[in-house]
Amino acid sequence: MSDKLALDVQNLSVSFPMRGRGADGRRRALLAVDNVNFLIARGKTLGIVGESGSGKTTAAMAVARLVPKLAGNITIDGIDFGTLDNEALRQARQRIQIIFQDPYSSLNPRLRAGEIVREPLVYAGETSRAEQDRIIDELFEAVGLRPEQKALFPHQFSGGQRQRIGIARALSTRPSLIICDEPVSALDVAVQAQILNLLKSLQGQFGLTYLFISHDLGVVQHMCDDIAVMYMGQFMEYADRKSFFAAPRHPYSQALLDAVPTIDIGAQPTGGKLVDGEIPDLTLPQTGCRFASRCPHARDVCNGGVPQLQDWPGSTGHRLACHLTGTFATS
Amino acid sequence: MKPAADSAPRRGAEIVDKAQHPLREMVVMFLANRAAMVASIVLSIVVLAAIFGPMLHPVDPFEMVWAPFTPPGQEGFVLGTDYLGRDMLAALLNGGRVSLTIGLVAALMSVFIGISFGALAGFYRGLVEEVLMRITEFFQVLPTLLFSMVIVALFGASLEVVTIAIGVVSWTAVARITRAEFLRIRELEYVTASRAAGASNVTLMTRVILPNALPPIIVQAALMVGSAILFEAGLAFLGLSDPNVVSWGQIIGSNRPYILDAGFTVTIPGLAIFVTVLSISLIGDGLNDALNPKLRAR
Amino acid sequence: MTNSPSTAPLLDVRNLSVQFTTRGGTVTVLDDISFTLERGERISFVGESGCGKSMTALALMGLLPAMGRVSGGQVLFKGEDLTTASPARLRRLRGNEISMIFQEPMTSLNPVFTIGQQISEVLRLHRGVDNAEARDRSVELLQAVRIPDAAARVDDYPHQLSGGQRQRVMIAIALACEPEILIADEPTTALDVTVQAEIFALLRDLGAKLDTAIILITHDMGAVAQMSERMLVMYAGRRVEEGQVANVIKAPAHPYTRGLIACVPHITSDVDALVDTLPEIDGIVPPITRFGRDECLFAPRCAKAADECWSAKPQQSDIAGHSSHSVSCWHPFGTEGSR
Repeated sequence: MSDKLALDVQNLSVSFPMRGRGADGRRRALLAVDNVNFLIARGKTLGIVGESGSGKTTAAMAVARLVPKLAGNITIDGIDFGTLDNEALRQARQRIQIIFQDPYSSLNPRLRAGEIVREPLVYAGETSRAEQDRIIDELFEAVGLRPEQKALFPHQFSGGQRQRIGIARALSTRPSLIICDEPVSALDVAVQAQILNLLKSLQGQFGLTYLFISHDLGVVQHMCDDIAVMYMGQFMEYADRKSFFAAPRHPYSQALLDAVPTIDIGAQPTGGKLVDGEIPDLTLPQTGCRFASRCPHARDVCNGGVPQLQDWPGSTGHRLACHLTGTFATS
Repeated sequence: MKPAADSAPRRGAEIVDKAQHPLREMVVMFLANRAAMVASIVLSIVVLAAIFGPMLHPVDPFEMVWAPFTPPGQEGFVLGTDYLGRDMLAALLNGGRVSLTIGLVAALMSVFIGISFGALAGFYRGLVEEVLMRITEFFQVLPTLLFSMVIVALFGASLEVVTIAIGVVSWTAVARITRAEFLRIRELEYVTASRAAGASNVTLMTRVILPNALPPIIVQAALMVGSAILFEAGLAFLGLSDPNVVSWGQIIGSNRPYILDAGFTVTIPGLAIFVTVLSISLIGDGLNDALNPKLRAR
Repeated sequence: MTNSPSTAPLLDVRNLSVQFTTRGGTVTVLDDISFTLERGERISFVGESGCGKSMTALALMGLLPAMGRVSGGQVLFKGEDLTTASPARLRRLRGNEISMIFQEPMTSLNPVFTIGQQISEVLRLHRGVDNAEARDRSVELLQAVRIPDAAARVDDYPHQLSGGQRQRVMIAIALACEPEILIADEPTTALDVTVQAEIFALLRDLGAKLDTAIILITHDMGAVAQMSERMLVMYAGRRVEEGQVANVIKAPAHPYTRGLIACVPHITSDVDALVDTLPEIDGIVPPITRFGRDECLFAPRCAKAADECWSAKPQQSDIAGHSSHSVSCWHPFGTEGSR
């Protein structure tokens, strides 16, 4: 069972210290990620969707140990990645690699493309120079770049090609998990499809496991096996792809899906459906549902206690955090 | 349907192919800057004169060779003689060596101290940054001339002490620039990528961030060579430089009382300082244009 | 329909060409663009970045960058040719009869003035109203763009507003003088999807209320479908297809249009019907130096490309049976969904 799991994250929380002290005299801290749990089986993709400020990127960066976590267990390949320190952590880093959003700032402008892909191998320190060369050649071919392009500098590539270099770099150490942080949102529409197809074909070819961060539900639907909807640091809904898109259950998920403009001429988006309420202050302790202030179905019960992720009645694995589970009229 | 990996651009979609090092672009940019090119030529002449001049014109600058205040061009003295009847040409050539050396060494020292402070402060942030930047600010608010005079007065007016005194008072600008660059670059995703790939902190600082932070530091260092030369001239003018070596500032300082009788003894070394420092700052400007990516974009 | 020949359209762009003079020579960034816009009509310009969508908008406003100039054609706004209008005349038009909102609401507002001052500024400039009246009008406008508690928020500075609210303020400024044309250049790219839906609804409602024509610049076919009646697909500085949105999306004739629609994963409730591999458009937009050549500039990326595509620029032709649906392609797709 556990050897099929690539990633197991339990009770992950991340907080950022703020200036000043709160009313209770304690140092103020912003709880960016609040007690989230998720699993990814080997070779599968989990998508975390959310709007800006939802904490989806912070959660992913905490999994990669690039921002410090407040609490939680991170297990990769059965290794307790969350507690490693110093040299052990540095060594273990090759198990997680990241594909970044911005193809311009994510490549070191002073390194040639081949050297950029070599970098993780050098830090991992387990391969000979000749072996590295062989891996680099193989990866350049896999991501659709020509071998002679190894000698070029990043500024000589287009955005899509730069993203291919970033993907080759992420693959170089054969990581157990690849975090894709909005990997196509900075690219032109036509190039997005090229990169999404590449990511999918590489997943098939190398059996990759993705943690896919995106704000674009269409992309997430195309790429992911499971979907977690995040709002204000918490998961609102967590389900497999089929179940989620067939019937999104959480009012926030429904609002997100409704807001996406479709090419069906008749279907006007139901914009303005959300209540224009106060955004909760994440430096204060939580008293009710974080989404209640914007939820069109909110009632008194929503402000009493924190809703927990629970199975939707009659299903296994389609979970949502809502006090009103099923008691509001779905559109 | 074919996998995406095959979708390399077809006919005509790809043009750039030659490996162009970012540096090459900068060199081209610099060569196109006429003022900087002229300044480079002038500075090369000054440097060559300082290196080879004393060999081609082997006259001891401290030896009295003729009557004082011989005007330039007379009695075979190209630049005349000073108030003690010493050969001005020999003084200028030997003085150039000293002035340029002090300028270069002091600037290198500033760069070394400045980068160390700035890099550590910008990379580690927090307490390290607080402490290092407070120290930097302390040096910044010291009255520089007074402080270096104190150092020279305490440790004696030797060439080494003068150089160190200049270096110690002028590194703060480099520290601030380095810190600002580190703060900016450490947030870029390629640094995160290197960290995620397992780079150690030392590698991140020296191999990843520093090379990308260098352009503005190089410009500042170039300008600092000029200001160090001026600073030394100021100290020497006040009689606070090594009396056993001749420098441009010292020539001006020692001939100062006779400025109305024999102006050339002051104006000639003055002109040498002016031309050298101007060339250096024009080169610095040229480097700035060539290295500054924002200007390079358009 | 306002297609009667007696009344001139609000905006009539005829064969507009724009050239850039660069160190490498002269390049044609806009090549023979023509379209018309009726009062209150909504049109979208669609294409990848670098295809000339924004450049067309800037040319209409007389805001081309210094190295650019109109090298041919006319921009007739209510019969007046804006390409030959004086700078003073253009300044009177801009923000008054033609206004524009941009992609980045964070940098489009001046951080040192309150939003009320910035709205009032436009009103004073073009309408000559006094301070008290400008302030009252500003509050009304903020209410119109659905900023809650407008009377109090009018004295806020831009940093006190969220991204979506800033874009609303930009819309309030753009609509302050009730312009005849509003150009919206990717107005929601920097915003969350729920905010985008609200902004689109707002633009539609206000456009209809003020009878303002809206030109939406976007790469998102969904946005086109929700926001516009007509669309103009641009590629490498040329118009490749134009028509009613419903017709074009249902039966795109140009391979580029077809590719743009197909390459985006569209949301469906039945995920079993999804394909694993998205249809791609190979390669990238050609560099600007290749623009203007006498060939189909899309040919290098086109599966249908044949010899004639490389040897001559395709002419615009109407699609039979569909009024005002035209395409510039040597091998257009048929209208009845043929492959």
